[in-house]
Amino acid sequence: MAEMTTPPREAFRLSQLLYDARYRSLTIQVVAAILIMLLLVELVDNTVTNLAALGKDIGFGFLWSTAGYDINQQIIPFSSQDTHARAALVGILNTLLVAALGCVLATVIGVLAGVLRLSKNWLVARIMTFYVEAMRNTPLLIWILIVFAVMTEATPQPREFREGGGASMILWDSVAVSNRGVYIPKPVWAEGSGLVLAVFALSIIGIFVLRRIARKRQEATGAQLPVFRLSLVLFFVPALLAYFVMGRPVTLEYPELGGFNFAGGIQIRNSFIALWLALSLYTSAFIAEIVRSGILAVSKGQTEAAFALGMQPNRTMQLIILPQALRVIIPPLISQYLNLTKNSSLGHRGGLHGCALDPGRHHHQPDRPRTGRDAVAGRVLPDHQPDHLDADEPV
Amino acid sequence: MTTGPSSSVAFVRQALVPAAPPPPGQTGAMRWVRENLVSSWFNAILTLVAIYVIWSVLSGVLPWTLNGIWNAGSLNECREIRDARGLETAACWAVINERWLQILFGFYPTDDPLLARVFYADAYAAAGGYDAVFGAASNATDRIAFVGAMKAELGNLTIFFFGYWRPLVALILLVIAVAPILYSSLPRKMLLFSLAYPFIAVFLLWGGSVWGPVTVALGLVASIVVARSVSAQSSALFGGLASILFFALFFFNPLGVLGVQGLFPLFPHVKGVFDAALPFGITAIPSDIFGGFMLAIIIGTSGIVLSLPLGIALALGRQSSMPLIRWVCVTFIEVIRGVPLIVWLFTASLLLNYFLPPGTSFDLLLRVIIMVTLFASAYLAEVVRGGLAALPKGQYEAADSLGLDYWKSMQLVVLPQALKISIPGIVNTFIGLFKDTTLVVFIGLRDPLGLTNAIRATGEWNGIYWELYIFVGLLFFVFCFFMSRYSMYLERKLRTDHR
Repeated sequence: MAEMTTPPREAFRLSQLLYDARYRSLTIQVVAAILIMLLLVELVDNTVTNLAALGKDIGFGFLWSTAGYDINQQIIPFSSQDTHARAALVGILNTLLVAALGCVLATVIGVLAGVLRLSKNWLVARIMTFYVEAMRNTPLLIWILIVFAVMTEATPQPREFREGGGASMILWDSVAVSNRGVYIPKPVWAEGSGLVLAVFALSIIGIFVLRRIARKRQEATGAQLPVFRLSLVLFFVPALLAYFVMGRPVTLEYPELGGFNFAGGIQIRNSFIALWLALSLYTSAFIAEIVRSGILAVSKGQTEAAFALGMQPNRTMQLIILPQALRVIIPPLISQYLNLTKNSSLGHRGGLHGCALDPGRHHHQPDRPRTGRDAVAGRVLPDHQPDHLDADEPV
Repeated sequence: MTTGPSSSVAFVRQALVPAAPPPPGQTGAMRWVRENLVSSWFNAILTLVAIYVIWSVLSGVLPWTLNGIWNAGSLNECREIRDARGLETAACWAVINERWLQILFGFYPTDDPLLARVFYADAYAAAGGYDAVFGAASNATDRIAFVGAMKAELGNLTIFFFGYWRPLVALILLVIAVAPILYSSLPRKMLLFSLAYPFIAVFLLWGGSVWGPVTVALGLVASIVVARSVSAQSSALFGGLASILFFALFFFNPLGVLGVQGLFPLFPHVKGVFDAALPFGITAIPSDIFGGFMLAIIIGTSGIVLSLPLGIALALGRQSSMPLIRWVCVTFIEVIRGVPLIVWLFTASLLLNYFLPPGTSFDLLLRVIIMVTLFASAYLAEVVRGGLAALPKGQYEAADSLGLDYWKSMQLVVLPQALKISIPGIVNTFIGLFKDTTLVVFIGLRDPLGLTNAIRATGEWNGIYWELYIFVGLLFFVFCFFMSRYSMYLERKLRTDHR
């Protein structure tokens, strides 16, 4: 009969800390912990010593002091008399706005380019390959600078929009593209426009309800409703009806040339447009590749199976290929959106003030730490573009 | 009822029909056009639209490019020449012709004495030779005038090949050093040169005494030798400790905390002995005047080379079974990835000095390289982690069951496969890193884009943009495109499944 033998229980020896795999990880972690603590102590100690030597302290009190600088593109009102905290808020809003608009445009262009790159048409596929490779293999900063340079140097000055000036507004005289920015009409909300908006919001909700009802009905009876056409009707008709019933409360204020500059409308800075377009074009190339790989990841058998079931090509795309492709596409797509948002911090090269506010700005505050950066930046990079920043305030 | 076929079939062919040629339109170019351009109505319309797009782009771009003006002193001169030739549009390539050296090298100094001695000998002799022109007692205004006249005489090509011989030699040696790493068919002995290359490059680019880089290399080699010999004597652990101790004594001053200065580090003493025995060096060039595309290559290459091992280490740390190591790695990766690179660069240029011991200040370029490396390594860690996670668990278990310890199993079984899977992601990160080197413009380094701005700020070239940006864009495109093609080649070469 076999006898169960338990290994003899050895007493713990100190050398086991080094040679026994059971304990060695403990040793390594203790040593690592000590080293990390030493490093942190050293860093904090150095920082305290350095700041004490300069007579500075660490604090966020500066957030509540007067900013003393202007921000060109503002969603909420801001003046140089406001605090740093409010400046940061304005910057964050700018970043969010450009990121949201950029994500939308990049997705539209990217999906289009990705699908067209897979086209059976050789010429179209080649054009899209060229586009994607050109965008992906050059730095984003170049695109921002190019779009910015085109926007400021190749577009007409506001005075050229006068009679016989050689420049004209586009889109039925409603949008002016000038070297001081793009001027678009501004909606004016008169009395009763709240109702129109409410009706519009309700009809959007209605569309979702309709889709739900249609799906339930199809699952129960198999009959299909013309969802798309009904949705279109729901989208436009109630809001338009309300608009006319309330006596056209929403009007557009068009930009008009007054003096040397445009008045009225909304002015979108060229820096904003440059950042938005460049970010969208650049990111769209990456999105195109993601879309392409997602579609290629769906095996051909899926398409063939759908055709064998007698499905139309567009239903095949909608019901078979897209749902499977989206599973592959969405995670990297989201990470591209994050990249776009982070890249929007490059905006301040073109002069847009986002949330990654130029630290140099805070540095001009006398009570904040200051290093050689102010001197270096001014010397090496003559910021000559920026006449646009302050010089283009309405005169 | 049925008899043979001969009774019911009227005609049976006895001989084969000779093969007919395929119908026209099913072969050659016609078939290609039919299948690729006009396979359906929709496709035909797409082709027409595509042709229209290509035509409208080319009809604008080609005349502009080909009619470009190469010889002019300023943008206005370009415009005058264009009008004189009766052209509607013309690129002003003259700005590239005049400034390409600046875009490539920034304000990196040319080797003026060499140029003068070899290519401008008569005037050089007339001006009085080295002491009169470049010597310590020479007149700076005269020297600038002399160098200006000489450069105008020699032309940009001569200056490129001989005036910038240091960065140029460094670049050629870089290609030689990188080649055996990229292509395994080259002799393996060349890898020794790849190991020595960083020291050669530092010497060529930064200049100064040759013994600086040599002593650093000697210190590193000596650390390894100490580790080897002590491990052979006692155990691997003591070998490692002895090596670390030697490294610390050679490059740092561990006694600094006790206030003992002067004895350690050993580095300056060794270098001093060499310098006294055999002084040799070339003009030292501070890194704050490095610039141009050279800067992008320096930061990009060092970032790539340094971030790969760090990224792999972080990825392994993130997978580690030791909680502390894992947390440290996760924290590091997430903190770095959560913040844009430009913020880290500002940190490097503005804040890093506050964290270092008082009185230390080190090179901005070095700080930037460190930051870019850390940034890329966090992204690489995630890419490699993806590869590690994609590997079937059986591979880890098989390595364990063979009795391999952690490092051996990683080195021989896991990492080769994981890295192969993650090649596309790794190269993507490298391309991103290389493109991101343009961001150093924000902290005042003179990268190519910063130089385009400087050129556009001058009176002569104010208002020019397409030509400069196209040139810089093409430089980056060539490098990034090569990297992406190389990664495709590598994937094909390493593919072991037979599909």
